[in-house]
Amino acid sequence: MTWLSTSWPRVLELTWSHLLLSLPAILLGIMVAVPLGRIASRWPRPGGIVLGAASLLYAIPALPLLIIIPFLFGFPQRSPTTLVVALGVYAAAVLVRTSADAFTSIDSKVRESAIATGHSAGAMFWRVDLPLAVPVLVSGIRVVTVSTVGLVTISALIGVPSLGTLFTDGFQRGITAEVITGILAVIVVACVLDAICVVIGRKLTPWSHTRSQPKRTHEPAGEAKA
Amino acid sequence: MIEFRAVSKSFSGGAVAVEEFSYVLPSHRTVALVGSSGSGKTTLLRMVNRMLEPGSGTVLIDGRDVREFNKVALRRSIGYVMQDGGLLPHRTVAENISTVPVLNRVSRKEARVTALELLEQVGLDLTLADRYPAQLSGGQRQRVGVARALAADPNILLMDEPFGAVDPIVRRELQNQLLALQSRLGKTMVFVTHDIDEALLLGDEVIVLRSGGRIAQVGPPAEILAAPADAFVRDFIGADRPERVLRIVETQGRKVVLDQAGRPAGVLAS
Repeated sequence: MTWLSTSWPRVLELTWSHLLLSLPAILLGIMVAVPLGRIASRWPRPGGIVLGAASLLYAIPALPLLIIIPFLFGFPQRSPTTLVVALGVYAAAVLVRTSADAFTSIDSKVRESAIATGHSAGAMFWRVDLPLAVPVLVSGIRVVTVSTVGLVTISALIGVPSLGTLFTDGFQRGITAEVITGILAVIVVACVLDAICVVIGRKLTPWSHTRSQPKRTHEPAGEAKA
Repeated sequence: MIEFRAVSKSFSGGAVAVEEFSYVLPSHRTVALVGSSGSGKTTLLRMVNRMLEPGSGTVLIDGRDVREFNKVALRRSIGYVMQDGGLLPHRTVAENISTVPVLNRVSRKEARVTALELLEQVGLDLTLADRYPAQLSGGQRQRVGVARALAADPNILLMDEPFGAVDPIVRRELQNQLLALQSRLGKTMVFVTHDIDEALLLGDEVIVLRSGGRIAQVGPPAEILAAPADAFVRDFIGADRPERVLRIVETQGRKVVLDQAGRPAGVLAS
């Protein structure tokens, strides 16, 4: 542990870089996957193609993707942006199916009554579909968050610093403590972000964890007033 | 006033839901559309707020073709109640009632004041305002559904089998509540049901539908009971059921009403 006692500022710095790569990638994935999922749930036929294409994207190995993306978008070869976009693509690919499920799972009677009470298309999305999709979306976002935090470590292979740097450096210099620290730090970051997702999810869905009224033998007070 | 002019509607499978339906529903009255499933009653109702468009013919509100209205604005101007209230599960009771005012950009504060008033009007305790629909009983949800439909003070109320999902005792309470509300508010109400007793109780006028939205008989409830137009209507209203045929006997100085089987149904008011 002597390694850690001298190198912890370096670990903190890499953790920070790690977050700066993971969070934008996750957000990018969400911003792409949620609208696509909604489209896929509303129009199942083109939606099926989108979902199939997303699975294919996930099948592209990471390293070639890191070479293709700068080529496609004109980013510098070994930039953080490349990594964020690549991981954002993966995140979206994983999330898009869950996102489609999240929208499909909304009770059609609820949607119908919302339409009948005069929600416009925009109001339907923001006030009805999106909030009701949150519980399922959050479960998908948790998976994506944890997997992205793990995937970010490959940044070390293209020379972008992250907690993955502790693996490459530790292996090259034969410092086991450094490798183990890297692994543990990634796990801690993943767990913390996962917990934050859970908390945000609960804050956004106060209705889904209220207790139903206990069954009573009498009709509740409100009923009797008739 | 809602007018149906030769309205027909068939669905993609080729099933004819409504064929050449014409009728004028008077303002400030309750018209009950009653029929079994496949009679096209819900289809007719949903053509009023353009949840469905007629295949042919026109639906007019106060003389104007509903197709001239913007769909969203039209729906906001018409109260709509469906089975189990159709409430938004992620909004509290007060927020649900405020749905249309808030969509119409009334301030949330103002909308809440209206919501609380309506809560009281439909006979619910104010402590329920901040509950979620899942925390209410079926009857309470239904009342919230009615309150929501009234929130923007619409002229027209469309009721799509609203009380179908609650038990008979609660249904009775809800029906009485609605009668009381309606006698005060005098909305133009279209009430769809498959329950003939509900139709006779709530309708100022009752339209009995046979399949394909064809009118079997129209009239005030008493008229339909007194003179069913044909065997279909007779059968539908259960004219031959023992409880439909009553007679009076005198007991203890009061006139007691018995049904055909001799079971007492009540006493005549003196």
